[in-house]
Amino acid sequence: MIPELGHFALILALAVALVQGTLPLLGAARGDDRLMALGRTAALTQALLVIVAFGALTQAYVTSDFSVANVVANSHSAKPLLYKISGVWGNHEGSMLLWALILALFGAAVAIFGAGLPDTLRSRVLAIQALIGVGFLAFLLFTSNPFERVSPPPLDGNGLNPLLQDPGLAFHPPLLYLGYVGFSVTYAFGIAALLEGRVDAAWARWVRPWTLAAWCFLTLGIALGSWWAYYILGWGGFWFWDPVENASLMPWLAGTALLHSAIVVEKRDALKSWTVLLAILAFSLSLLGTFLVRSGVLTSVHAFAQDPARGMFILAFLLLVTGGGLALYAWRAPQLQGGGLFQPVSREGALILNNLLLCTLAATVLLGTLYPLFLDLLTGNKVSVGPPFFNATFVPICAPLFAALCVGPLLNWKRAELWPALMKLRLAFIVSIVAAIVAATAIDSRATLAAVAFGFGVWLIAGSLAGFVERVWNGRLRTLPRSFIGMTIAHAALGVVVLGSVGTAAWNTELIKTMKPGDTAAFAGFDVKLDRIENLQGPNYIAERATLSLSVDGKPYTVLTPERRLFTVQRRQVAETSIHTNLLRDIYATLGEGGAEGGWVIRLYYNPLAPWIWLGAALCALGGFVSLSDRRLRIGAPSRTRVLTQPAE
Amino acid sequence: MNRHLLFLLPLATLALMAGFFAWSLLAGRDPASIGSVLVGRPAPRLEVKALREAEPPLTDALLKSGKPVIVNFFASWCTPCLAEHPLFARLAERDGAVIIGIAWKNKPEEARAWLKRLGDPYKFAGADLEGRTGLDWGLSGVPETYLVDGQGIVRRHFRGPITERDVNETIMPFLKGAK
Repeated sequence: MIPELGHFALILALAVALVQGTLPLLGAARGDDRLMALGRTAALTQALLVIVAFGALTQAYVTSDFSVANVVANSHSAKPLLYKISGVWGNHEGSMLLWALILALFGAAVAIFGAGLPDTLRSRVLAIQALIGVGFLAFLLFTSNPFERVSPPPLDGNGLNPLLQDPGLAFHPPLLYLGYVGFSVTYAFGIAALLEGRVDAAWARWVRPWTLAAWCFLTLGIALGSWWAYYILGWGGFWFWDPVENASLMPWLAGTALLHSAIVVEKRDALKSWTVLLAILAFSLSLLGTFLVRSGVLTSVHAFAQDPARGMFILAFLLLVTGGGLALYAWRAPQLQGGGLFQPVSREGALILNNLLLCTLAATVLLGTLYPLFLDLLTGNKVSVGPPFFNATFVPICAPLFAALCVGPLLNWKRAELWPALMKLRLAFIVSIVAAIVAATAIDSRATLAAVAFGFGVWLIAGSLAGFVERVWNGRLRTLPRSFIGMTIAHAALGVVVLGSVGTAAWNTELIKTMKPGDTAAFAGFDVKLDRIENLQGPNYIAERATLSLSVDGKPYTVLTPERRLFTVQRRQVAETSIHTNLLRDIYATLGEGGAEGGWVIRLYYNPLAPWIWLGAALCALGGFVSLSDRRLRIGAPSRTRVLTQPAE
Repeated sequence: MNRHLLFLLPLATLALMAGFFAWSLLAGRDPASIGSVLVGRPAPRLEVKALREAEPPLTDALLKSGKPVIVNFFASWCTPCLAEHPLFARLAERDGAVIIGIAWKNKPEEARAWLKRLGDPYKFAGADLEGRTGLDWGLSGVPETYLVDGQGIVRRHFRGPITERDVNETIMPFLKGAK
């Protein structure tokens, strides 16, 4: 009964979305207030209906209702409750329903918080949002119905992919989707602006909080995914330049560029068509990512739910959304009047440099990700593009970006002097040079490039704080806008991520050894002893667990217990790493294949600064949220007239 | 006008990319296939003891007889080998293909018993107990199959069992074309 209610709610939601996607557009074109007002009601109704549908599916999972095919395929009665719930979106149909839910929720948020928006703009944004929703709901209902029944119901389900039975991955997709789908709002704002033929400071101010919110969630989602890969894949790495990871990095880079270019539109009334393009691209790249992950055109270490038939549908949808948006862009954008020329040395000049570099990075990732596909189709040659390519292309482009990042915020708008800004950074510069020299001599004399990168990390932190300290020094702490504090946090956090990456990638030590119980090994200043290997029984798996005791000079330090779990339902093995962290470094242990005769393969990694990668990413998102709490940036707060009267900073 | 063309650039890029994606989806290409470095190059060294007793060892000369040959690595312990075995039997009997079978990391008596039970499609059979020949040929496991033309050049490399479709679409045209 409840699954049918869910199914029915989904059908109604599609009908409501169709209304929301058409009538308000008509209303906006004709200036009909009643039709435009319909948009808000429809957005709220649609959200409510999708919530009902999502709730119905969740209910089926929680109660293990095996008369629903989707539950049979992806759940099991012996699964812990958390994974029963996360199982809802741990499969193709459910994750598409989650997309539709978040999409509808964002639409409702625009309807609620967008009270200050002009009627025509709000109606158009809501309509575009609904049209995207129509695509997803139709996709769900016609090709991937999550509420399909099976008769007779089996006694138990097939269980969830064991790799996904993990707290990190339970929340990774929802956060990632909040980011991806959040960009649908910026897309809708971009399209609405093109339809209206008007992009101004007010538009930029309205679109920025939505971009910021989506960006924060995407940052957290990517960080969580990377953390998951770090401790579950058991290779000690945190970023593999895998197509799935690249798929999430591209919209992040475009979104970051959009965040910065929107400021230029707001303050200087320039870069308009460029900003609209970024607003379209951020969401398009999110869709592209979804397509690449789900269609199976690329191979990936952790792609799941691949199906070429669905690939065609997503491709058609991608073409419709992106192609439609870009065609409208090609038609209407040339008419947008750009602002005046500006000086290369100025705040806006620095932001343009930022945009150029970020977009080059996004293009590099796109090229590296798709190149194997192009080459295979054109010549039949099989290549794989991995870390060597990205280290040689992506990393060098980061250098000028990081170098300029600290200088830009210290420059004035319109016309600035470079020298005074650099003088403010002299202390930060000296500190980072010293840090690089220390790194090159004291930590690891072979890794010169790592030392340079380490210096850049310190530069980002010290340089970002320099501007903050200067303002506080001048007694302006009380009047400091939250957006400035947020920016400082986010910029410095990037430095923290860089330091963590350098430590983990360049200064790690590893030991791979076959050990039997009682064997000892020396590793990174510790004496490691394999105490015992035992068998355990988990709720839905059996496991082999190693107990490794680490001691320094005979004094016990810590005990690591890596496991190798065999999930009985799927007959799949998953390594459960054991990590000891003190926030400055990780000691990371995994248990490999083995047996009593030959011993077990034990891998140990010593990863200096590794926790900083995720700490930094979380700080980065925190900076975004702090900035979002700024009164002037609050979602939907300013009206067009109020904005125009506000003085430029 | 040029300004307008510039604004069309994103759309054109999308069209190009979408074209590739559609092509990829429609071609039914398998992104997991990694290809082989041997294709188009002379076959690696072949120097292996005969599997069947009282037969001379197998040498490179077998690969350069002027006639196309199929080189198949197999093992009696390998289940996919069982699956592709009838196809080789048919290729040998009906189509008269010259097939060289190499039992990889397989005790000769077990491989012989396996062939006795299922039928022996191999004109020449080698025993690569230590896997040396497999190493030379870049084997990643069994079964793997190579199509070698009369001049000793590898034309095709299959990882995993061959299928009916491989026989019809690739192996038969190869045997006919190379003759």
